[in-house]
Amino acid sequence: MINLELPEQLEGLSTLMHAVATNVLRPVSRKYDTQEHDVPEELAPLDRRPKPGAASARGERERPTGKQPNKNGQNMQSVISIQQMSWGDVGLMLSIPGAGLGNAAINAVATPEQKERFGTCYASMAITEPGSGSDSGSIGTTARQDGDEWVLDGEKIFVTAGGRCDTVVVWATVDKSKGKAAIKSFVVPKGTPGMEVVKLEHKLGIRASDTATILFSNCRIPKDNILGSPEVSEGGKREAFGKVMQTFDNTRPGVAAMAVGCARAALDLTEELLAKDGYELGYEKSVWDSSAIEAELYRMEADWEAARLLVLRAAWMADNGHPNSMEASMAKAKAGRVGNAITLRCVELCGSLGYSQETLLEKFARDSKILDIFEGTQQIQQLIVARRLLNKSSAELK
Amino acid sequence: MPEEPVKPLFDLSLTDEQQLMRDTARRFAEAEMRPVARKFDEAAEAPRSFYEKTLELGFNAVQIPEAYGGFGAARSPVSNMLLAEDLAWGDMSLALGALSTLAFINTVLDQGTGSQQAALLPRYTEDGFHPAALALVEPGARFDARKLKTKAARRGGGYVLLGEKTLVPFGAEAEQLLVFAELEGEGPAAFVVDAKQRGVSAQREAYMGLKPLPLSRVKLENVEVSAAHKLGEGTPLDLPRVIDLARIGAAALAVGVCQAVLDYTKNYCNDRVAFGEPISHRQSVAFMLADIAIELDGLRLLTYRAASRAEQGLPFRREAYLAQLQAADKGMKIGTDGVQLLGGHGFIREHLVELWYRNLRAISLLEGSLPV
Repeated sequence: MINLELPEQLEGLSTLMHAVATNVLRPVSRKYDTQEHDVPEELAPLDRRPKPGAASARGERERPTGKQPNKNGQNMQSVISIQQMSWGDVGLMLSIPGAGLGNAAINAVATPEQKERFGTCYASMAITEPGSGSDSGSIGTTARQDGDEWVLDGEKIFVTAGGRCDTVVVWATVDKSKGKAAIKSFVVPKGTPGMEVVKLEHKLGIRASDTATILFSNCRIPKDNILGSPEVSEGGKREAFGKVMQTFDNTRPGVAAMAVGCARAALDLTEELLAKDGYELGYEKSVWDSSAIEAELYRMEADWEAARLLVLRAAWMADNGHPNSMEASMAKAKAGRVGNAITLRCVELCGSLGYSQETLLEKFARDSKILDIFEGTQQIQQLIVARRLLNKSSAELK
Repeated sequence: MPEEPVKPLFDLSLTDEQQLMRDTARRFAEAEMRPVARKFDEAAEAPRSFYEKTLELGFNAVQIPEAYGGFGAARSPVSNMLLAEDLAWGDMSLALGALSTLAFINTVLDQGTGSQQAALLPRYTEDGFHPAALALVEPGARFDARKLKTKAARRGGGYVLLGEKTLVPFGAEAEQLLVFAELEGEGPAAFVVDAKQRGVSAQREAYMGLKPLPLSRVKLENVEVSAAHKLGEGTPLDLPRVIDLARIGAAALAVGVCQAVLDYTKNYCNDRVAFGEPISHRQSVAFMLADIAIELDGLRLLTYRAASRAEQGLPFRREAYLAQLQAADKGMKIGTDGVQLLGGHGFIREHLVELWYRNLRAISLLEGSLPV
């Protein structure tokens, strides 16, 4: 039965997370925007890492057998929590230990033995390199087997939480001549000789979240720190790399949820400020008989709702075992661009107050920009959607 | 005793009945609407036999109570919305024509008294096409449903109507019109008017699109109606509800037409070769198609949400408003891009993209046309 409202349990979760965002994140939002590389100690109570012996399976895709009853599961819980926490502050949300991509990868592909060892760590994910961004199949960091060890060499940039984490999941190739099939991910605990955090970036937004450059130079880790199989499959190139990329099908709706949450924060504040000047939305008058400001608010509300529902759909599909690669990208594309447009417009609509650092509107706009970039830019999402829609390979539709 | 869930789970799957209805409607749209869309548009007319064929789908009688000859299914804005979407995929003008009577039935079911339902509804469960329509919009550049210029006044035991309506489907051919008017000193009201009755005259209108649909300008010159013909009799009309439900109907039509645009342009761009390969291999073309798909799905979800809230008895004004607004904005963008993707061929009245473009322009002005 078609129903796009949240059930009680998820409403409850949403309300709870909203309260956490209001009480824990908002009060220090501007503080860590200003003090860029300080560690937000206030987030300690929100630590997402499971206690030892209770490794969680966050964001796992359900595998249905036969006709299953409708589910609202972990993927929906995840996007709802992320949306509300991002309403509080995206940068701080990204700084919650254990909430990032590294932990998602470990949860998704680690063996039980590896989960035992790494399940409670604070893991970041290192993919991007100075010469390799969206084209993650082209990475140059190498992993060479030497006896019982892997030896990593290369430079990783834009590692979210790379400075604060205790563990890094590193993407590296075991054989450059074999392309995507040879890309594997490796778990490297901090303190391993040969791994060094050399730089923390200064950014436009999400300044509360640290973004690191990490160098690997003759960095040796145990043989069984590889996630997944070390075999390079010859024929199934898409399959092997696809497994690594699959992490993103589950996390893209999450990034889209960040954009939705951040945009809602901007809209809520804008509507509150404008109400003081007498602007109220009645959802009755035609946009053409409304003031330009009201008309713009109506349009932003419509785009925002559409983005929010696309995110929920992608998560719902994952919960119910439906392949959702295209829908996850649709959600991220729509939420990313709508999030950028809304937060920027809110700065403009509120005039000097919007532009001022007295309110958080200008910060929401700066924070929002990254959400249309990381974990697949707008254009990468369009490419994914277009290829699926048109049934084209990456060789045909470049 | 099993505990009743207070709120259902988020769910995008159809019930078995809805799936069956969709399959049937979609087949009908494919076989009986799409092939004649161009011909009827050129002729600016659809034969009565077409509308008679739509009766096979049986939608008029489904939600009419058994006591009045119907099937007595629960009133379902979701099912009506899905029907509008699927038929509009075939052709929007023909969908509006086919569903005009249902719009009348829905409004009588929502706001008519028991005796009015008993008097008005049985004929729509019988054989034959009985066109009926809502008459809300008034001529002029800016129409505002909150300030109706058509006036009703009490006279004797009944009412007298004076004013002018536009965009009325079927006009003089309609057997019954539901005319919305400002009742002196009492607010908006709706009156069941026989299109053949004294004082009613209808003039066929011609528009940019919606050509096969006989839209008419209807004049009401001191039309007398009895007290029993005021919808709801003593109960005041809930006009905003009619408008809100019609916003969902308009948005659903846009979803259907936009899906038609996507299905067609997707195939066209995969087939059309330029510079040695399908034009869909170029990002400028492929991304336009991706954006059509993304915006269409966003619009569809907004529309479904509004309808499902309406069906569950939750407030749905905001959701319906946003759905129609998004339908007007994104629908027109999709219609425009659909023509663009075909280049010069999109401009020729051979492909349907130019027809969809013309029809999509109407979404924002379909106020009170199709309450679901």
